Amino acid sequence: MARGRIVINLEACKGCQLCTTVCPSNLIRMANSFNSRGYRPAELVDPQQRCTGCALCAIMCPDAAIEVFREVKVKSQEGSAAEEVVLVVTGPA
Amino acid sequence: MDEQIAVVNVQEQLVYARPRALTEETTNYCPGCTHGLINKLIAEVIDELGIQENTISVSPVGCSVFFYRYLVLDGVVAPHGRAPAVAIGIKRMLPDRVVITYQGDGDMAAIGMSEVVWAAMRGENITAFFVNNANYGMTGGQMAPTTLAGQVTTTTPEGRDVETMGMPTRMAELIAGLPGSAYVARCSTYDARTIRDARNAIRLALRAQMAEAGFTMVEFLSACPTNWGLSPQGALQWIKDTMVAYYPLGEIKVSEAVQRLKTKR
Repeated sequence: MARGRIVINLEACKGCQLCTTVCPSNLIRMANSFNSRGYRPAELVDPQQRCTGCALCAIMCPDAAIEVFREVKVKSQEGSAAEEVVLVVTGPA
Repeated sequence: MDEQIAVVNVQEQLVYARPRALTEETTNYCPGCTHGLINKLIAEVIDELGIQENTISVSPVGCSVFFYRYLVLDGVVAPHGRAPAVAIGIKRMLPDRVVITYQGDGDMAAIGMSEVVWAAMRGENITAFFVNNANYGMTGGQMAPTTLAGQVTTTTPEGRDVETMGMPTRMAELIAGLPGSAYVARCSTYDARTIRDARNAIRLALRAQMAEAGFTMVEFLSACPTNWGLSPQGALQWIKDTMVAYYPLGEIKVSEAVQRLKTKR
């Protein structure tokens, strides 16, 4: 299973909780602190690294506050320059 | 034989990010309002088609007015309901641009009904995005033409009485019935599947405009948790359970030219 993580922009989050309802592993909860607009932002709680980077939370976010990273295996020949990271934005295709 | 060793590297890739066509500004929409989601979908499709420099948006009056601030596009704000008329003027002078309007239901279905009907009747080559949240959001949740039968709003505290106020307006079906419309779809954004369908509809509508197919419109059933008095999740559930029953989702009109585009990809 691919491993992933999300980065939530705490200032852009309005605490609508829609991401918490779609996470298949229930890894997102609302923080105990407030952001400068007075909302409780969402936070990822994933000590066992169960996030797969499925991006359902980011797709659902009305404020585009979530970035999703996913680990992928890249086969490369030794010595070849395949180290550059390709930006692939996969929305709900 | 060369000795080449296959190495498996694990790399972390950014797989979902804020679209480039969306500004960094935090929107003024209420928490859970799907205006934000629809703005994001339109921005994603504009990025995907690479038409950001070539697109002109026309904003209306209502919550959707801030569309011009949240998308990195050239934009004009039209008087209430007149976004299609302004868009037609731009499109006729600059036919190589992609011209879009982004209107709410109070704007398009009430005061702007005439403009959008004649735009569709003449087959003007613009795209209208119509956000239907079944009330006037910005002014405090009054009844709109799209308010459902029996729905409680601030001006219909007993629920919309269809005996005196008539039935809600189905804009997508109305526009689809006109000869000049090329593509009309109704979408929603209550789960990942409907969001994907909405994105595909936006893409097809913009591609149809670029292929000069005629008037295109995408209607979105949108949540208004604040004025509906529901939680963001409850509002999405209400769309799924109640709104979709009266406003069926799907492609309502696909002209032959758009059908050819669809198969061409």
